Amino acid sequence: MKQAKAIRSHSSGAALKEWKKNYDLYLFLLPAVAFFVLFSYIPMGGLIVAFKDYNIFQGVWGSEWTGFENFKEMFSILEFAQITRNTLVLNLLGLLICFPAPIVLALMLNEVRAKVLKRVSQSLLYLPHFMSWIVLGGIVYAVLSPKYGIINEILRWFGMNEIYFMADKGWWIIVYTLSAVWQSAGWGTIIYLAAITAIDPSLYEAASIDGAGRIRKIFSVTLPSIMPTIVILFILAVGNMVSIGVEQPLALANAVVGDVSEVISTYVYRVGIKQGEFGLTTAVGLVQSVINLVLIVTANHFAKKAGGEGIW
Amino acid sequence: MSALRTASKRKSAINRLSPGEAAFGIVVYGTLIFFTLACLFPFVNTLANAFSSSNAIQTGKVLLWPVEFQWDSMRMILADNSVIRALLVTVYLTAVGTALNLFFTVITAYPLSRRDLKWRGLFMKFMVITMLFSGGMIPLFLLVKSLHLLNTLWALILPGLISAFNVIIMKSFFQALPDELREASIVDGCGNIRYLVQVVLPLSGASLATIGLFYAVGHWNSYFGAVLYIDNPDLLTLQVKLRNILLLSQMDTSMEQMTMQSNFTVIQESLKAAVIVVATVPILVVYPFLQKYFVKGSLLGSVKG
Repeated sequence: MKQAKAIRSHSSGAALKEWKKNYDLYLFLLPAVAFFVLFSYIPMGGLIVAFKDYNIFQGVWGSEWTGFENFKEMFSILEFAQITRNTLVLNLLGLLICFPAPIVLALMLNEVRAKVLKRVSQSLLYLPHFMSWIVLGGIVYAVLSPKYGIINEILRWFGMNEIYFMADKGWWIIVYTLSAVWQSAGWGTIIYLAAITAIDPSLYEAASIDGAGRIRKIFSVTLPSIMPTIVILFILAVGNMVSIGVEQPLALANAVVGDVSEVISTYVYRVGIKQGEFGLTTAVGLVQSVINLVLIVTANHFAKKAGGEGIW
Repeated sequence: MSALRTASKRKSAINRLSPGEAAFGIVVYGTLIFFTLACLFPFVNTLANAFSSSNAIQTGKVLLWPVEFQWDSMRMILADNSVIRALLVTVYLTAVGTALNLFFTVITAYPLSRRDLKWRGLFMKFMVITMLFSGGMIPLFLLVKSLHLLNTLWALILPGLISAFNVIIMKSFFQALPDELREASIVDGCGNIRYLVQVVLPLSGASLATIGLFYAVGHWNSYFGAVLYIDNPDLLTLQVKLRNILLLSQMDTSMEQMTMQSNFTVIQESLKAAVIVVATVPILVVYPFLQKYFVKGSLLGSVKG
């Protein structure tokens, strides 16, 4: 018996030892392994549907293999160019406006001495984050309603005509972006404020001695100190360039602005799930996931090269 | 001599506000107050609408508080069976879902927080990959369908059971507990499971509350999952019910109502506001707690796991 154990190689002996020592912890991990395999890795395998002409009755394995047909079809339909453009436009606008907003707000909040204003502001700015897009969308439509909405009431008061905000393509995009800021600014502000309060106060004192005013201090001390946080959040934002959540567009869209409001995710929902074109929309989803991955890896790579830290 | 001069110069520099700095202060305070109020205003306006008369809303008189106060819209909503049902479904979903979420997140995060666990790096990579790449909406839908989970609440609970992001946050928290605690407990002959239950969990109140609230808010607010997987009208969640009510009347208002229907439409405005209020009140009630723990949670999250 003892000889048999000795013959067994060192590596399996070490593995066995590890198992014996912590088997209960590994068993704890088992549900998570099962979960991720089932709900993350198997759907990744399900991407194979992109290469097939999926038929509900034949299922995934029985459906006919069509290679890149779905992809070719995807690039040729008019809507694909449109939804890609919409996704990019909305995301770029979001990046341009939603990304800096919490930084600016956090910087401003940091300048406020009155603790009461600081806390009250934070609490209130944070509130929209906890509302679902159904609620937020409902409020947006009500406030901007041409007949009953407050904004148009104010416009009428000034003698101007009503603006049909949600029915006008240009305005819709603006409303979409601003409501995204409304919903997300408070959240980002908390994170940046946390980073700002972690800055060593002696840096500010040194700046004062050098004669820096408040504005100068912001640019020379605060901003550089929170750069790592900004970079990480930026990488995450860029990594989401091609994917856009489905909840906000779905909640704010209506039939009139379909040309600008249909994004990749809503398209996949509409044409894929509701119309059953599984092969085509899986192909769309696959392209989207791949581009996202490339973007996030690239952004992370450049962030590290620039001397900072990446996400991994 | 020069030290004295520098010191007094510094002191007076702090006391004297240059015009530029004063203007700066005004801009900062002004902008902050404006944005805070702008953030708040739509909610207050909606709340006011929910209790205002149809006439007042139609003539645009409602701003910050109800004009021509009425209870009817609220009463209609709260007495509606399908709304009550949706509310109960959502409460059940949130309670059960969050409990399961927390349980599985904790038992996943704890082993990963143990530095002496040899294969944890492997598992971490395994988990992080799922955060970077996903199969997308269609494969997931097909999977849920083939598991016969359509039209059940499990379709809303299982696919999101463990959030890798939340596991990382909780892991960070566990890791912040001092190693000496574990070492001392080993001396006392305490096994892994006992240590988790009797030492780690009692100390993790803040983290459990934070992650729990993350999950709970997610469940309360989610609607796309329900739209995707459920079409049984008895199983609608509150947000989906809200969406149906809003969409239905959205169609009416965008079609330029004729006078005959205008009353119906206007009452709809107040009704819509009332449903929104009903869907939001629970969140608002929990908000002070959310506040306290979410801030802590974001701090944890901003530290690299």
